[in-house]
Amino acid sequence: MKHFIFASILFFTGNFLHAQDDLENLFADEETTEYASATFKASRIILGQSVEQPYTGNLIFDIQHQFGAINQGYKEFFGLDQASTRLGFAYGVTPWLMVGIGRTALEKTVDGSLKIRFIRQSKGEVNFPFTINYYGNIGVNGLDYSLIPIKYYFTHRLTFLNQLLIARKINSSISLQLMPTHIHRNLVERVIDENDIFALGAGGRFKITKRTSVNLEYFYVLSAQNAADFQNSLSFSFDIETGGHIFQLYITNATGMLEQQYITSSTGKWLEGDIHFGFNISRTFVLKKPKDFKE
Amino acid sequence: MKYLLFVFISFLFVSTTTMKGKYITKNGKVSFYSDAPLEKIEAKNNQLNAAIDANSGEVYFKVLIKSFLFEKALMQEHFNENYMESDKFPTATYKGKITNLQDIDFAKAGKYSSEVEGKLTIHGVTKDVKTKGTITVLKEGISVYVKFKVQIGDYDIKIPGAVAGKIAEEVEITVDADLKNVVK
Repeated sequence: MKHFIFASILFFTGNFLHAQDDLENLFADEETTEYASATFKASRIILGQSVEQPYTGNLIFDIQHQFGAINQGYKEFFGLDQASTRLGFAYGVTPWLMVGIGRTALEKTVDGSLKIRFIRQSKGEVNFPFTINYYGNIGVNGLDYSLIPIKYYFTHRLTFLNQLLIARKINSSISLQLMPTHIHRNLVERVIDENDIFALGAGGRFKITKRTSVNLEYFYVLSAQNAADFQNSLSFSFDIETGGHIFQLYITNATGMLEQQYITSSTGKWLEGDIHFGFNISRTFVLKKPKDFKE
Repeated sequence: MKYLLFVFISFLFVSTTTMKGKYITKNGKVSFYSDAPLEKIEAKNNQLNAAIDANSGEVYFKVLIKSFLFEKALMQEHFNENYMESDKFPTATYKGKITNLQDIDFAKAGKYSSEVEGKLTIHGVTKDVKTKGTITVLKEGISVYVKFKVQIGDYDIKIPGAVAGKIAEEVEITVDADLKNVVK
């Protein structure tokens, strides 16, 4: 009898203690995949693209401004008298596909773009350390043909960009990205200019608070002739996210807002103060509601 | 011999009681609703893990924060990044006990009102939560419906002044889950 009491006490206290754990254990075998989200706040790090793209059914309206060189002094109000803009739209067709269109004041360029996400950084059941996207665009120069008397074709106006975006969200405040870049220009100004330019970009996001961050971005041009004649672009920005809008205030030595422009043809030198203020405002609109929320 | 017999009997007893069972689901529904003057926000999640032990009255609910869906995807991003910090606190759980177990007959189909008390963990903060719900006993399982309110401030979730009119201080949580009987 003593044994029985002992055994049953053992059993029931054991049972009682483990009841809650038993329920938890029912789900223990389940391993899920957790994807990194919001590696960057905006679809741009500063001038260049980030791995972020609009969510499905969302439209991003980009307003980009870049001013003249700061070292022009008060007469040009430190460059603010000269503003150059790009207005653009980017739409999330699927979770992995973005299509975009834009117009840049510099060289009156119209651009069409595609961003495709190949794989997302994840941990758990599926483990992968990086998010990888392709970004490509075609720019159409809208200036009048130059006075140099050759026969011009429409294709002479075209420039192309191919870029891989490889990013890792290290933790909730730090994200880093590499951007191997290829640019092709159908027509170049001088005989010595290269039609194909290769560059390697690197960028990062460092959060200060949950809603603000400091970003930096650098493009190192690998093509020798271009590198000798022009400057690599280096930019710093301060980002503020307000909910519906993202503001990016930046300083850069680059000119232009298309990769074909600022990677290949920037002449500004940081040390001489030949740098520019600029800002991006990006606003997201929901055009298509997700399935669960359709009335 | 007597000892063995007793152990055997006690085993039998224990196993028959557990036969009565546990109820479980991996795709229950949980949603929340924030009704602020400037904005109404609703989020839905169809991947609620829920388990109820009909013998002990223990209940267990678990949900992945990242699997809440919002009408605006950007809200979902901000919810995870700025408010819930779901990289740091990936899940919310509720561990509790039905306190009026004697009023619920899991063998007989019908609608029973139930009371539950336990600990709710959100954003890494654990609070006691006591609420009422409905358990409907069906042929193949049970259906659970609970609606309760939580104060965002209790769980150390900070709302900045700029969005104060857009996020309510009190959020209503609705749980609606169909659980299947499992013999384990």
